[in-house]
Amino acid sequence: MSRAPTEAPLLDVKNLRVRFETHRGVTEAVRGVSFTVGRERVGIVGESGSGKSMTGRAILRLVRPPGIATADRLAFEGTDLTALSERRMRAMRGRRMSMVMQDPKYSLNPVMRVGRQLIEALKVHERISSKEARRRALDMLADVQIRDPERVLAAYPHELSGGMGQRVMIAMMLIPRPDLLIADEPTSALDVTVQLEVLRILDDLVKDRGMGLIFISHDLRLVSTFCDRVLVMYLGKIVEEIEASRLSEAKHPYTRGLLECLPEIGAPRTPLKVLKRDAAWA
Amino acid sequence: MSETKHMPGAKIAVSDLSVTFVQGRRPVRAVRDVSFSVRPLESFGLVGESGSGKSTVLRAICGLAPVSGGDIRIDGGAIPQPRDKAFARKVQMVFQDPYGSLHPRHTIDRVLSEPLSIHRFADREDRIVQALKDVGLDARFRFRLPHQLSGGQRQRVAIARALIVEPEILLLDEPTSALDASIQAEVLNLLTRLREERSLTVIMVSHDLAVIDHMCERLLVMRGGEAVEALDRSALADRKVASDYTRSLLTASEGYVR
Repeated sequence: MSRAPTEAPLLDVKNLRVRFETHRGVTEAVRGVSFTVGRERVGIVGESGSGKSMTGRAILRLVRPPGIATADRLAFEGTDLTALSERRMRAMRGRRMSMVMQDPKYSLNPVMRVGRQLIEALKVHERISSKEARRRALDMLADVQIRDPERVLAAYPHELSGGMGQRVMIAMMLIPRPDLLIADEPTSALDVTVQLEVLRILDDLVKDRGMGLIFISHDLRLVSTFCDRVLVMYLGKIVEEIEASRLSEAKHPYTRGLLECLPEIGAPRTPLKVLKRDAAWA
Repeated sequence: MSETKHMPGAKIAVSDLSVTFVQGRRPVRAVRDVSFSVRPLESFGLVGESGSGKSTVLRAICGLAPVSGGDIRIDGGAIPQPRDKAFARKVQMVFQDPYGSLHPRHTIDRVLSEPLSIHRFADREDRIVQALKDVGLDARFRFRLPHQLSGGQRQRVAIARALIVEPEILLLDEPTSALDASIQAEVLNLLTRLREERSLTVIMVSHDLAVIDHMCERLLVMRGGEAVEALDRSALADRKVASDYTRSLLTASEGYVR
């Protein structure tokens, strides 16, 4: 639970904005968010449309046109990401900071065997022999608790279950040993019991390698049990930042509303509390 | 499960239900010998992870999945094969994905008037206005298209469509799993209210144990096409569960344990 020394945070974000200029006018998806991430687990929670995924993409400079991302400061270990050329940014992505998306079905190449995709990911970043790359890929699959790595290496993505596919994705993102992993709803497409296994893997990686993790999710209950710190987003802004262990003391009515609208096993059968949105939050 | 098989006066009685899909030459048994009964006005839950066969049971009741064994009775009688208009009037279903279950080019008005004309209701105009009001949708939504509505509003339309023919039985297949938590609370509250007002018997399918616990008196845990165990609400609240699988679902519903 201890927070890493904060003198030089892994990631420093100040006044990040993402806007979309369309023929119908300008929409701001992210409206000035600021936070830092150390070698810890930071959760970003919010409902659909809160800008949480856009924040994750903007950090990696992956916002597609017509979206425009701007920030007063976007620094990774002191390097100003906004000033990097696209070429240098590409070298940064994957090797230093990486992203796991929600659904493995759409993130893996459906017509390429898993092994070739993993080895390709390795060879982009390192000059190593194919034999060495294959060995590393096998090790990595074993690291994410895949029992039969040889079989998975020879499989096509559709031959894997959702949980297996997500593990492969995580393995692929972790091959270059990034310092920061952005996981965008990494377990939302998975069954609850598999979800916990995948979280366990991420948790171990943060602990063993001292990796920083940004965990983006709509699931406040899950985030509060998994992360060290939680940023709650609403309509493109961070409305509250709180230690995960003290979430029950959350003050912002939006955070409280999100907590209270969830049904709970064994709770009395009263109507669920409904979130009353206040125009002043935006 | 044998005592529930012969429950007298059950609204819905499913006994030894098996569903087999034929995929190429290989038969896949999606549901194997599942039995349960639902009392009149009761809400019954089916819980399980993907591939557990929970949705297939609902689809089998509606005649949307090939039943290969066992039988399904409603009000003690066998259900017609294929399902007829009277069955559709009595049993209605709400699907998980409000994006996929509404015709993208039909206005809400058309979505709601179609079942009314099929079942030859007279006062259509009034019923549509009332149906929208019942699910808490403003009258201005009536002539809009589904893409102009949010996910929660769309699911309200799907519920309105199911209830507009005044069914006795409502089958809910993950009705809130595509919705944000705050919208889920609104839809669950709506379903709770309508269930009482309309005297509905409900079967609800969900992967979320807490949602089932909130909505249902009794539930059946399923895994890999088979029934794992039947429970009532108090057993769940006291964590008095027999199988390890149900226990692992209970643990998982509480979040991550370090």
